[in-house]
Amino acid sequence: MGEAIVITSGKGGVGKTTTTANLGTSLALLDKKVCLIDTDIGLRNLDVIMGLENRIIYDIVDVLEKRCKISQALIKDKRFDCLYLLPAAQTTDKSALTPEGMIEIIDELKPDYDYILIDCPAGIEQGYKNAVAGADKAIVVTTPEKSSVRDADRIIGLLEQEKVEPPHLIVNRIRNHMVKNGDMLDVDEIVQVLSIDLLGIVADDDDVIRASNHGEPVAFQPNSRASIAYRNIARRILGESVPLLSLEQKETFMDKVKKVFGLQK
Amino acid sequence: MPTNKWITIKGTRDGLTLFMNDSCSWEELLGEVEEILSAKHMAVDEPLITVKIQLGNRYITDAQAETLRKIIKKHNKLVVEEIVSDVILKEEALRWKDETDLKLHNRVIRSGQVLEITGDLLLIGDVNPGGKVVATGNIFIMGNLRGVAHAGATGNRKAVIAASYMAPSQLRIADIISRSPDSDGEGVPMECGFIEKDGEQIIMDRISSLAKSRPELDAFERRVMNG
Ligand SMILES: Nc1ncnc2c1ncn2[C@@H]1O[C@H](COP(=O)(O)OP(=O)(O)O)[C@@H](O)[C@H]1O
Ligand SMILES: [Mg+2]
Repeated sequence: MGEAIVITSGKGGVGKTTTTANLGTSLALLDKKVCLIDTDIGLRNLDVIMGLENRIIYDIVDVLEKRCKISQALIKDKRFDCLYLLPAAQTTDKSALTPEGMIEIIDELKPDYDYILIDCPAGIEQGYKNAVAGADKAIVVTTPEKSSVRDADRIIGLLEQEKVEPPHLIVNRIRNHMVKNGDMLDVDEIVQVLSIDLLGIVADDDDVIRASNHGEPVAFQPNSRASIAYRNIARRILGESVPLLSLEQKETFMDKVKKVFGLQK
Repeated sequence: MPTNKWITIKGTRDGLTLFMNDSCSWEELLGEVEEILSAKHMAVDEPLITVKIQLGNRYITDAQAETLRKIIKKHNKLVVEEIVSDVILKEEALRWKDETDLKLHNRVIRSGQVLEITGDLLLIGDVNPGGKVVATGNIFIMGNLRGVAHAGATGNRKAVIAASYMAPSQLRIADIISRSPDSDGEGVPMECGFIEKDGEQIIMDRISSLAKSRPELDAFERRVMNG
């Protein structure tokens, strides 16, 4: 029986869709059976980042309105046999999607998949409520900016009222030089304010944008910084304890101490 | 002059105090008030005298209090300043308790959330930016105050706000508002805010100074003693 995880943030443009695509890819690389669901009706782009746009025939609303079976709407990934996408509708009326509809779809998918990743639209309105409805767990994405952290805090507060487990945090688009100059919030500060567990951090990496433009999530690349970060997060989702890499994060105080005493590996 | 059976009169510099026996019947009491007042003939040029009524352990309704005031008012040199009783209704006692109890909450108040309580608030947790706590009494926060705190929300200017880490975006006490400086300053550990006597603004000081500026923080005791 699979686990449904919603990826949400409140604010738009912080990397929910990018995170969904890359965690899906990373979990598939680890041989997990994964289904991605795009719930951003009218503004779908998970299919574009995955490079699957040209394969769409039916979408999530077609499934809900019984114009097709769920298996007909699912698109198999180009690269993996164990990765599927249920695309959002681009043109239909937004109100066609409801929390009950989402629960129905997720219940139907769960027996066949290890992970169901739900890409949430921005905002705290109906779209958010739909995306969260069938989820067992939640990942909150934020960037190291005040406004983004504020919205993440708001979302965490709203998630407390849902049936999901306490959410985990991903801090995305960290720019090391800005953090060092004090022009960006640092990760410790963000985690302290939001007081939820940190699942991982992802550097701001041009490869992410380059890869999305080629319709191939960056996690597919072996060596880019963002790719390693996403794959580490996927392993943490599976329950492995993977330490935060220095490449992912600035040195912690303990690292510095270890260095001083020559204990660093 | 008839001897008073149920009422003892004491004159002070501020006026008269009538001590009412609390075991006789209400009618007997009213009768005696009439009797006393009609027996005392006051000169026209005498100044107004204020009267304080001490009921002892007798509870009277608002209607009864009104009757008493009317009887005394008939004698035009007297005004009832205060009617005091040593007993209150259970209902009222429970309201006092609710208004002065310390309410403990153990959570983070996040952006967009508002925690509103009657009485004093003890919050174990942070108030994040965009979050808000409101109490009719004092607010004590064991955590970071980064949002808005409003103490004495129904008008009590004596209320205080204290936090382990004080970095609020805004503090309000009763009707007085103070906001953080625009230059995004660091917060201060173990601070409190209060309004000084006759002051019109919120003063910040170390929590340890509260013992001096607010010796009677326990609102319930204050209320029982002063009504
Ligand atoms: N780690 C990253 N490094 C660089 N660019 C990123 C990163 N994460 C996201 N982006 C870019 O930010 C933009 C918004 O990301 P997206 O995933 O669409 O956000 P959302 O779904 O939250 O609106 C996209 O152009 C994406 O390529
Ligand atoms: Mg998106």
